[in-house]
Amino acid sequence: MCLAIPMEITSIEDNVAQVEVGGVKNEVRLDIIDEPAQVGDFVIVHAGFALRRLDRQEGLETLKLFQEGLGLELVK
Amino acid sequence: MNLLSKFKDPELCHNILGQIKQDIQGDFRFMEVCGTHTVSIFQSGIRTLLPGNIVHLSGPGCPVCVTHDREIAAYLSLSQKDVIIATFGDLMKVPGPGGKNLKLAQAEGARINIVYSAFDALNLAKENPDDKIVFLGVGFETTAPTVAVTIKLAKDQGVKNFSILSFHKLVPPALKALSADKDIRVDGLLLPGHVSTIIGLEPYLFLAEDYNMPAVIGGFEPLDILQSILIMIRQKNDGKAQVINNYKRAVSDLGNPRATKVMNEVFEPSDALWRGLGNIPGSGLAIRETFSEFDASLIYDQDLPEVDEIPGCKCGEVLKGLIAPDKCPLFGTRCTPAKPVGPCMVSTEGSCAAYHKYKI
Ligand code: SF4
Repeated sequence: MCLAIPMEITSIEDNVAQVEVGGVKNEVRLDIIDEPAQVGDFVIVHAGFALRRLDRQEGLETLKLFQEGLGLELVK
Repeated sequence: MNLLSKFKDPELCHNILGQIKQDIQGDFRFMEVCGTHTVSIFQSGIRTLLPGNIVHLSGPGCPVCVTHDREIAAYLSLSQKDVIIATFGDLMKVPGPGGKNLKLAQAEGARINIVYSAFDALNLAKENPDDKIVFLGVGFETTAPTVAVTIKLAKDQGVKNFSILSFHKLVPPALKALSADKDIRVDGLLLPGHVSTIIGLEPYLFLAEDYNMPAVIGGFEPLDILQSILIMIRQKNDGKAQVINNYKRAVSDLGNPRATKVMNEVFEPSDALWRGLGNIPGSGLAIRETFSEFDASLIYDQDLPEVDEIPGCKCGEVLKGLIAPDKCPLFGTRCTPAKPVGPCMVSTEGSCAAYHKYKI
């Protein structure tokens, strides 16, 4: 039950977004997401709520590090 | 480019795997504490790719599995009162005292509705103004804010026939109890990505500072997991533990302040019972007095009944990583996903259930 998955926002009305991934559609509430989400964003969805927007830029940078074979991304 | 599929890229995975094999010294035992990690590690085949001296343990990361017998007994007792129970489907089959579960209670006439979210339970209350709806609150920091915000909405909307029996649990106090336990041999902790999305990095720092425990917040794609394992191994080799955020695309070091704010507004820390781990101080969430009109434990005077433990179930030892699921004498014989004896066999993320599905 703690499964949470990234889904793409296809439309937003008030505090509710329609989301989709691999043909599976769902409706999620935006009451606790920490920054405004937009259509096209991927959000992490859990128990009917969007928890957070996935940061595409951070994702790309992590991948770049992998690809350059540097491997580690140590912070803190 | 599809970002997500890149995190499954076989070539990149093999590259990291190569580095793991190069760097590992002796045995390495890591524990994950998130059901999604459990499933992902089995499903992606990572378990079979890792060198034999890396041992993967599934800790207390499935909220259903750690729900205590006495809590299940309380849910069952509540279901006998004049209420409609609204619950996540996963709780239905969790065995309580005498093997009884909510599914059986439902068959015997208790009014139990499966919902997808706490918000749906609130809607159920609004649609049935003459009934009293109680939502069974389980889950970690990932779920608790969704329940908290629903309670706030109920208050704002003046809904009177809705309440929660909260047995929510907090992950860091459980990790503290595990790290302090001398019996447990864990060389590194793969921290739960989605819980971390909410709470951020800070609540875990004690792991490195107080227990010298390597700990990495990891995502759920194969690349994320392998990379996190590599970081833990390198920390162990260096003898210097750190808490690392290796899932930055989804986890800010600060977490999600909006979610933690609403969670802290509605709930306060309380002691909680964990299956297998026992009572852990400050590891639960109780509804604050300001929201007591939504606290089902007060409204229905619902205490935690004393119960006998489920005979033969070794879930507690499995959750502590002391034994592998298949070392439980009931595993796969008397206890199967179709007919679970213990809670670790119930939800797909349970250690025993995942082991059963992918190993056999
Ligand atoms: S196999 Fe079943 S009985 Fe054994 S520990 Fe797992 S859940 Fe408990």
